[in-house]
Amino acid sequence: MDNFYVISLIKTGLIAFVFLTVLAYLQWVERKVLAHIQLRPGPYRVGPHGLLQPLADVIKLLTKEGFIPSNVNTFFYLLAPVLAVTIALISISVIPFGPEIEIFGVRTYMQLTDLKIGILFILALSSIGVYGVALAGWASNSKYSLLGGLRSSAQMISYELPMALAIASPLLVLNTLSLREMVNMQEGFVLGFLPRWTLLQGPFPQVFSFIVFLICAFAETNRVPFDLPEAENELVAGFHTEYSSMSFAAFFMAEYANMITVTSVATLLFLGGWHPIFPTEYGSWLIPVLLFVGAGIVSIFHGLNPARPLDRFTLPVFGFVFIGLGLTFALPFLQPYILPLFWFCAKTGFLLFIFIWIRGTLPRFRYDQLMAFAWKFMFPIALVNLLITGLAVALTTK
Amino acid sequence: MPPIDPILFFIFAGVAVLSAISLVVQTHPISSALSLIGVMGSLAVMYLLLGAEFIAAAQLIVYAGAIMVLFIFVIMLLNAGSEHGRSRSKFVKWMGIPLFAVFVGLLSYIIQSRLPDSKPVTFGSFTQATGLEIGRSLFTEYLLPFEVTSLLILIAIIGAVVLARKEI
Repeated sequence: MDNFYVISLIKTGLIAFVFLTVLAYLQWVERKVLAHIQLRPGPYRVGPHGLLQPLADVIKLLTKEGFIPSNVNTFFYLLAPVLAVTIALISISVIPFGPEIEIFGVRTYMQLTDLKIGILFILALSSIGVYGVALAGWASNSKYSLLGGLRSSAQMISYELPMALAIASPLLVLNTLSLREMVNMQEGFVLGFLPRWTLLQGPFPQVFSFIVFLICAFAETNRVPFDLPEAENELVAGFHTEYSSMSFAAFFMAEYANMITVTSVATLLFLGGWHPIFPTEYGSWLIPVLLFVGAGIVSIFHGLNPARPLDRFTLPVFGFVFIGLGLTFALPFLQPYILPLFWFCAKTGFLLFIFIWIRGTLPRFRYDQLMAFAWKFMFPIALVNLLITGLAVALTTK
Repeated sequence: MPPIDPILFFIFAGVAVLSAISLVVQTHPISSALSLIGVMGSLAVMYLLLGAEFIAAAQLIVYAGAIMVLFIFVIMLLNAGSEHGRSRSKFVKWMGIPLFAVFVGLLSYIIQSRLPDSKPVTFGSFTQATGLEIGRSLFTEYLLPFEVTSLLILIAIIGAVVLARKEI
């Protein structure tokens, strides 16, 4: 029993550390990708290729003065960012990253805890997460903040409905509420090569619910094209206009944590979690090796033909790091640990990339379009999809 | 290691009672609404301690997540200010709490004496309330009440739409 507490403590510390680091660097990745979409280099000054930029941002935000404007409701003004970031960070505790593994003779799951109702837990947290934004908007005692908070809560309530319906249809196929069980149900391949993901398989492939879920995810995380709560050219910065220093950073962290949670849930529900895209017998373990070694060779090549003087040193270093990473995926005794992690991170990372890509591509919705889109388009689609899935499941189960 | 269930129970029971008191005492509607969320959250933890995970999640999603968000939304939209207590009579001021205590005492005495003895509840014993069981009984045993309830909700929605529209 004591073992349980020790293992839980270690896992909590590890996941918290990795999760917060990924949060900080996700912002760097977003700035870099957006910059390259717009033909700019992006953050470049702090560290090689701006790699230390997140660290610099954290130091800057920590050392800035935490300013409380006059005439705000101080208690709720301070409570709102804490609420937002706490609720956003808790969700990671039920996300499984990989299968059961054995380290130093201890068998454990690559997951903090497996609730029987994991998916409902995440839904509950996401619906409570509205309070952080709504309270921030209200307590700031500013017109822009209030409008941002109201927009955000109306938008989140509206988009929660099609999202819940879109989640319900794969749940019908998988017949479980536990996130770990869900992934286990999607193990294996049909005809030896087609993965049994809910996106592709089952009595009725969940393509429509996947698309509806992704679109709702954009709205739930207040991202472009649904970022009306923080529309810069109308509302300054929306609900966090009056915030500074760490309380501002808390909202930022909450947004990125929510993005990671929602993409992880999409991976677990529709894309088969940590299971590879085609069987290991056909060499799916070669994909990470080739990917990383290829990236390493490209950066060494660019290091030999440098565009800037500093690249002569930095790019080969990155190249060798990438090649080393790629070769670790070829080590047989490490594979059961890192291959599931790779597939999970690859799928989640791809979805996160889509989030950033769309931010660089699409303009913002108008408010009436946003509401009409949720209620007149997404909701019926999700409902009809649920009905068809239910019928298909009822007809195929004995 | 002491058993963790009773400790959690007393913590969250305390939070529930304190939130309930704060709900009544607060003058600002937003503070009251948030206290109500505190009550509902602690109740969800109670369900969780009993082992009814599904009901706990449903409590959070439906009450704390959906209904209270609408409450807060309306309060924010109307921008309701804090309410000032009207001057109470001396009788209410001095006798309110003792009378309330007598009422609670009577109520608990009646419940103690009149209700039949039931088996005491233990932590984690309420395991039959999984999503599967609830869904099955909703669609077989309680199908008629379930459908009648949904009809009632439909009527309420149509009524709200009719009231909100200027001309039909």
